[in-house]
Amino acid sequence: MICIENLRKAFGGQEVLRDVSLRVNTGEFVALVGMSGSGKSLLLRHVVRLIRPDGGRVLVDGRDIARMPREELEAMRSRIGYVFQSGALFDSLTAFENVAFPLREKTRLGESAIRKKVMEELDQVGLADAEHKFPAQLSGGMLKRVALARTLVRDPEIVLFDEPTTGLDPIVVNSILQLFDSVHKRRNLTGILVSHEIPEIFGIVQNIAMLHEGRIIAVETPESIRCSPHPVVDQFVNGKTEGPIGSQN
Amino acid sequence: MKPRFHVAFSAEPSSPASKACRQRLQGGAMTEALVHWGARVVEKLARLGKCTLFFVESIGCCLSPPLKWDRVLKQIWFIGWKSLPVICLTGAFTGMVLALQGHPTLRRVGSEAFLGPLVALSLIRELGPVLAALMVTGRAGSSITAQIGIMRINDQIDAIELMGLNPMRYLVAPNLIAFVVAMPLLSAVFDVIAIFGGYLLGVRVLGLNAGAYFGEMNNYVVVHDILNGIYKSMCFGALIAWVCCYKGFNSRFGAEGVSVATTQAVVNASVLILVWDYLLTSLI
Repeated sequence: MICIENLRKAFGGQEVLRDVSLRVNTGEFVALVGMSGSGKSLLLRHVVRLIRPDGGRVLVDGRDIARMPREELEAMRSRIGYVFQSGALFDSLTAFENVAFPLREKTRLGESAIRKKVMEELDQVGLADAEHKFPAQLSGGMLKRVALARTLVRDPEIVLFDEPTTGLDPIVVNSILQLFDSVHKRRNLTGILVSHEIPEIFGIVQNIAMLHEGRIIAVETPESIRCSPHPVVDQFVNGKTEGPIGSQN
Repeated sequence: MKPRFHVAFSAEPSSPASKACRQRLQGGAMTEALVHWGARVVEKLARLGKCTLFFVESIGCCLSPPLKWDRVLKQIWFIGWKSLPVICLTGAFTGMVLALQGHPTLRRVGSEAFLGPLVALSLIRELGPVLAALMVTGRAGSSITAQIGIMRINDQIDAIELMGLNPMRYLVAPNLIAFVVAMPLLSAVFDVIAIFGGYLLGVRVLGLNAGAYFGEMNNYVVVHDILNGIYKSMCFGALIAWVCCYKGFNSRFGAEGVSVATTQAVVNASVLILVWDYLLTSLI
């Protein structure tokens, strides 16, 4: 379970996260939405302590991640998968080597066991025939799939997706979201998905949280958020040009 | 009662009230300047401390297992083997220039026979380690800064960290060891090629006796000189790895961030090599 309590973060006097509180139960898949630059990726980075908060805390299974000693943090991180917006694949390694990297470095598995597991993961994301390709030879959608395979190969219990479908065409977006859905259901993962793909994400998440002006202003199910009475949520979810967000920007 | 500033400004310029006000204003400006410069000094000291901790941590990664030997060998190949052409080329011309400049000067005092020791000692003690280090900074150091910088801006370093691995162990420690191993070897190659360049010009072009060139060299160059060169090269190797990896690791975002980091790495490493050379020469 992930529990974010009164999180605050400022850069050079500008408060990006003011008082963020969010709870994601075990096995739950939550989408985090909000305007560009509202601090969604920043919030996600706090969950794995890539950034430390100015105030508040992030509890993962009841343990404050900001106060963990290094060994405990490494153990905790090995239970968490993170899919970066860019994919963050290593340029000098092939798709196979990228997926095999965490197994080679963090486990004592033999090369044949690693090969079997990596090929299973690549097969699940539909890229078994792209094992020899380097990241520069892969399309945007393929990069995201390899990144997902590299994340899942470590069998994480929690997966954080940072805008994994940005910049892809609608068909690829839907196929990747379906892939996330099937992985979530099959492995009972706890997840947070940062995305702008509304309404495509409505079918795969249990709850949607909206971050606005440094605060979570709504956490609702996909059905209820469509007809939210909150004017900001209503404008954002329904893509209206008129409303409080437009008048502020 | 009038406000104090009104009294001050309405008074005659030479009056005691006006002088007091001017002093107060000067005092305020001085405090402001002190605060400004104090903040800058604190910021610089903090950065220096961060840079020092980076070096200490990278040495710690080199000394504690597991060490990534495959990466160390790969980096030795990249830093050492791939720098050989530029080292040979610059070494040959440095030796020839030394002979060209040294010969007429020595002839004026009737000591042409000492051209060999002059070339060899200049190279082994100073020019070999320094010029080889400057060349390697430009060729391999800049490349390593850019590579680590791009890994930083593309989240690859964060990805390594999130796999529960220490990025310093993967990216910095192998480079540090590779530079320390490769630099003395490159410096030795530089010296040999430069001495041969000096021989070509001094003996083949200027007509000096080949026996005198090498014979006097044998008399004047001692093991201590060679060891000095090796120690310097190893220090320069550690310095290049430290500066270039640190700059790459802390590069700011975007192409411009990587570009700035690469430029700063080359400039800072080059200046530090010359400063450190002076300090080492004074000490050893």
